[in-house]
Amino acid sequence: MAGRVAASGAIEVAAKTSLWLQPHRIGLVAVGLALVVSAALFMRWDWVPNYAGLAVQGLWRTIWILAVTSVLGFLLAIPIGLVQVTGPAWLSWPAYWFCTVIRGTPLLLQLWFLYYGLGSLFPQYPWIRDSFLWPYLRQAWPYAVVSLTISYAAYEGEVMRGAFAGVARGQLEAARAYGMSRWKLFRRIWLPQATYRALPTLAGETVQQLKSTPLVATITVVDIYAVASRVRQETFIVYEPLLLLAVIYLCITGILVFAFRKLEARIPARLG
Amino acid sequence: MHSGNEPIDAIILQLQANIFDLLALSPPGWGGNLMRGLFHSILIAVGAFGIGILLGIGGAFGKLYGGPVLRDLLELYTTVMRAVPELVLILLLYFAGTDLINRVLELLGYQRIDINGLVAGICVLGIVQGAYSTEVIRGAIQSIPQGQIEAARAYGMSASLMLRRITLPAMLPFAIPGLANLWLIATKDTALLAIVGFNELTQETRTAASTTKAYFTFFLAAGVLYLTLTLVSNVIIARIERWSRRGQPVGGH
Amino acid sequence: MLKTLKIAAAALLIAASGAAMAKAEPLKVGFSPEAYPPFYVADAAGNWTGWEVDIVNAICAEAKFECELVPIPWDGLIPALTTKKIDAIMNSMSITDERKKTIDFSGKYYNTPTAVIGPKGQTFDATPEGLKGKIIGVQVSTVHANYAKKHFTEAAEIKEYQTQDEANQDLAAGRIDATQADSIALDAYLQSDQGKECCDLKGYVAEDVEVLGPGVGAGLRKEDTAIKERIDAAIKAIRDNGKYDEITKKYFTFDIYGG
Repeated sequence: MAGRVAASGAIEVAAKTSLWLQPHRIGLVAVGLALVVSAALFMRWDWVPNYAGLAVQGLWRTIWILAVTSVLGFLLAIPIGLVQVTGPAWLSWPAYWFCTVIRGTPLLLQLWFLYYGLGSLFPQYPWIRDSFLWPYLRQAWPYAVVSLTISYAAYEGEVMRGAFAGVARGQLEAARAYGMSRWKLFRRIWLPQATYRALPTLAGETVQQLKSTPLVATITVVDIYAVASRVRQETFIVYEPLLLLAVIYLCITGILVFAFRKLEARIPARLG
Repeated sequence: MHSGNEPIDAIILQLQANIFDLLALSPPGWGGNLMRGLFHSILIAVGAFGIGILLGIGGAFGKLYGGPVLRDLLELYTTVMRAVPELVLILLLYFAGTDLINRVLELLGYQRIDINGLVAGICVLGIVQGAYSTEVIRGAIQSIPQGQIEAARAYGMSASLMLRRITLPAMLPFAIPGLANLWLIATKDTALLAIVGFNELTQETRTAASTTKAYFTFFLAAGVLYLTLTLVSNVIIARIERWSRRGQPVGGH
Repeated sequence: MLKTLKIAAAALLIAASGAAMAKAEPLKVGFSPEAYPPFYVADAAGNWTGWEVDIVNAICAEAKFECELVPIPWDGLIPALTTKKIDAIMNSMSITDERKKTIDFSGKYYNTPTAVIGPKGQTFDATPEGLKGKIIGVQVSTVHANYAKKHFTEAAEIKEYQTQDEANQDLAAGRIDATQADSIALDAYLQSDQGKECCDLKGYVAEDVEVLGPGVGAGLRKEDTAIKERIDAAIKAIRDNGKYDEITKKYFTFDIYGG
């Protein structure tokens, strides 16, 4: 019995593969491989071993910043979105304006405003240097994390607003009829339902967040883009570092999309 | 306007004293520079958005009606452009792209052409926008009720006539939300060109701030300008969306 | 069809070059659009002025080039030169062997020592021992970045900024403990309001001609030997006929050509 299941699984995979591997695809894949091989042979890659250690550090920093800002930003987006659907006006108006202002200005400007704008205030208030925050205010990564988190929260706040508003009223009413407290309703019904609705959009937005991470290199945070920049500056090689960088980002995006797809598959089947 | 709080008083004083001098529209105020930068930003955004739409229409048609090779190549194009950060793409297309074009021209025996910085920026952002608008327009075309296409074919309309009279106008209402989003993205992506030195609003802001050391003032001013652009765009987009839905049955299906 | 076009193009080229003999030849000069007083300063009207701008204009007038200043971020200048976006770099770029592997340089047109500045409250000197455990800021892709990485190995961190001005800002903000750059550029900063308040000169770094180079020259492509000759001749000419001194007197009280 197990053998037949395994065999049918293998046949399924083989069927899918042969569906995908049509003649024109084989031709395209061959051309692609030829390009990759010729690039590997004829372009300058002698710098790779010298910068491998730095590249791993930079890659880790990119992934770490992406993960932290996405999670924190999402957590922040939940109240921002919710409060615009339910909340009293004195909460929903600031949330609305927060989303509008952050989404209406470029991230680069926000990043520089935070880092250099705040930085220009430090000389005027010497007591800042004695405060406990100073070790963090000194370094660049807190500003990167704060700025990217705020940005993600604003965009996701808008998405969550739509998601919260889109959950069927009937579900909320049924929950109240069951005597669930507001907190339980939120935790068990509203938030999960809204998250399921928002998941496809969240996947796209997280990829956007990944594409925003290179900007932190302009405030001296050494992510993988900054490492590629350093390679370009020190060796004066124009194309190869950028090409490798693009491939790295493609890989990370692929992993992200795959992970989100797995998450979406775990959503309980919707009943209409 | 004294709150009795020293640091806040200091900020207020500094702001009052300097802000109008610094932001004055004519030199030695930097307001004129900022407005010029804003104009360049809008120019680049319009150009990039326009090129994006043209590429998007072509790409959408290629993906829907083209041969298998074309479809795969377009899939590759949209996937890569949407997965790689704009900054990396801008650097690649700006340095590598213009270099390749000139090398090809030299190979063919023509003179090197000098690609103006503005044009290069517009092309680069336009190519990136094209990938996104391909998906938007493709989705919009697929939302057109099939009956309209069939009726057009039954009337014997040629492909180009159908494109002009039926497909493009009908897909507009479906495409507008996505395209509106792309326009807003275009206006903000122009800021990235500051990193390659183009004279748009963010770069002018950086130069002004670093020359006068009034970082807060200028970054806030630039933020206000971008926000105004966004808000005005939103109003115009709402109007366009209402216009595009004219004549359509109310309360969709 | 292709052949006709090629002949037409060739004819146009000959005509154009004939016309060009009569007037100045265009030359695209790349510079980084960052405030680098007193060499490059932006004014509110969007014009660039400064000692180096004046020298560039003088050299171009002398060499009969029609120079056009093209703004390109600092770390993109050499790639822009090698991919022929620009034809020359005249932006206080030091002549170094490392850079000479990729591009060529004209003769030098100034040479000034390298200095380190730091916050007023702290005393240390511009030596590896003095900078031990400190956070140093430098501009990317400069001789100063290379020098710091080579000599100040016991520094806590070497932060690289897109522009020297950003490094100065972070020094004033207290995020870095020192910055190393050209002594004149740093002196101009120390004379500004912000610089006067926050920082002072800590010292000049020990010489290292291999890393710091013999001076600043115009960056050129290796194959453009004709342009190099004309620029070298122009530099010599303005040194000899007094134009160089005339311009220098406007900004400095001493001769910055260097030994």
